[in-house]
Amino acid sequence: MNHTIADVAVPTARSKITLQYKWGVSEASFRRILYLAGLSLLILLVAIFFSLVVASLPALRQFGFGFLTGKIWDPVRGEFGALAFLVGTLMSSFMALIISMVFSLPVSIFLGEYFRHGKASTFLKSAIELLAGIPSVIYGFWGLFLLVPLVRALEMKLGVAPQGVGIFTSSLVLAVMIIPYASSIGTEVISLVPSDLKEAALSLGATRFEVIRKVILPYASSGIFAGILLALGRALGETMAVTMVIGNSNFLPQSIFSPGNTMASVIANEFTEATGSLYLASLIELALVLFIVTMIINVLGKLMIHKMSARK
Amino acid sequence: MKGMAEISIHRRIWTDNLFKTLIIVLSLCSILPMFLILSLIIQNGISVINWEFLFHLPKPVGEAGGGIANAILGTLWLIVLSFVFSVPLGVFAGIYLSEYRGGKLAYLTRLAIEILQGIPSIVIGIIAYVWVVMPMGSFSALSGGVALGIMMLPVVVMATEETLKLVPDSLREASLALGVPYSRTILKVILPAGLSGILSGILLGVARVAGETAPLLFTAFGSPFMNHNILKPINSLPLTIFNYATSPYPDWHTLAWGASFVLIAFVLGLNLITKLVANKWKVQF
Repeated sequence: MNHTIADVAVPTARSKITLQYKWGVSEASFRRILYLAGLSLLILLVAIFFSLVVASLPALRQFGFGFLTGKIWDPVRGEFGALAFLVGTLMSSFMALIISMVFSLPVSIFLGEYFRHGKASTFLKSAIELLAGIPSVIYGFWGLFLLVPLVRALEMKLGVAPQGVGIFTSSLVLAVMIIPYASSIGTEVISLVPSDLKEAALSLGATRFEVIRKVILPYASSGIFAGILLALGRALGETMAVTMVIGNSNFLPQSIFSPGNTMASVIANEFTEATGSLYLASLIELALVLFIVTMIINVLGKLMIHKMSARK
Repeated sequence: MKGMAEISIHRRIWTDNLFKTLIIVLSLCSILPMFLILSLIIQNGISVINWEFLFHLPKPVGEAGGGIANAILGTLWLIVLSFVFSVPLGVFAGIYLSEYRGGKLAYLTRLAIEILQGIPSIVIGIIAYVWVVMPMGSFSALSGGVALGIMMLPVVVMATEETLKLVPDSLREASLALGVPYSRTILKVILPAGLSGILSGILLGVARVAGETAPLLFTAFGSPFMNHNILKPINSLPLTIFNYATSPYPDWHTLAWGASFVLIAFVLGLNLITKLVANKWKVQF
């Protein structure tokens, strides 16, 4: 719409020529540059996808779908099955999601309903933003030195092999890391709930708790779910913090306390040591799987949010 | 709200209060890790910081002392490189998105950016490995810069688009009415009007990539030496923290705390500056 104004502004051939003389770039080529910049991002995404596919071709050809169900990951014998990493990724991410929900939902209600403005809100909001700003390698370092001994003590009490590192520890770290993502979207959708709905319920004599439970949460549920989905996308691909506390074992995890590996952490661990094209291609195929899964999750989450904000 | 009449009003009020307390307690619990992390790093890190630590190279295992000068410089180099790869392209793409809002390509591009933003950083590292390290045959600062540039790109594009959308049409129309060509209107009127937003977006992007480790593991790779050649491996602060923290030597753990302190100060400082920039020179019309 806006560019039509500009089209009118540069109508004649003569003015185009003088402009070119004066500014070096003609109007048409300026538009072309803008267009190309937009297009190049699309090309970048497509190129990333195809590069991953091409680079993982040897593994795709060799193992096919068996890659995802194979239990054995043995670089020495050239046998690559990713089931242990799939299970490790899903276990750590979903556990993290459940733990973080206990905290992110209250934060969303705190910021979206109880304290929308004022000092308490600013304080919590800034603290959550700080949490989001801490680099993941520092989360890992913290987990290694604070959480691992704690988990070890817990494991001794429970009578499990006291390793400290493991899937449970990594989901604790992940849970803290994804609180900011889930809660920021949750806050947004909760504050989007129309006030006439809330006021109607309040005027009928409902308490604040009843309004939250019966009006706000049902109304915002799809948005809250979208936030959780996007947080899941983060958790699945998180690498450094997980690599540092998960114990890096390539066997199928037996319990939530056993050491394991996620798709991301095995890439981080083994990529520089990978010898042979099949080994490298298998690791890149893990990246391809991660790429596709996180892409689907992100698109779904974003679509839900767009739908939610359009409803308003 | 069935059955509510039977529940006494006192009980309902009691539940309401309990719920509110629970929400406040759990909210405070969720930011507890933030304080734990910061206090642990300040406690263990601040005593490590001195002149030698900041301006000297690391020493071999066993020798006391040594610094992280190469990592600090490497991080700065990587930031410069990722800036070069992401900012010009990102700003132009952002202009495109805000100018051609309704178009089909704009829709697809916006989708592409949202997907790009969600790609796990380790996958970006692999892409930079495939695109740069494999053809060139060695790890390099350049490949690390490419990886971080790809990570920074969506942040810059989104910040530019969001800011330029706020610039009112009347400004553009006034410029065009004066006979200023379209390209000049964009570059000399619209872009300066949204400069603070774009700048804070860039700073946010820098803060995001400065702490990234995963994409550098097999691109920039790390190096114990001072390096100014972008075709050679280079160290960075997060890589140093990772290598030292996962090593078995207590001396190196101490260095890792110090490096963590420097990195946290840098990243959180950038976040703070971003906020100041955004508040001070807000796009106001």
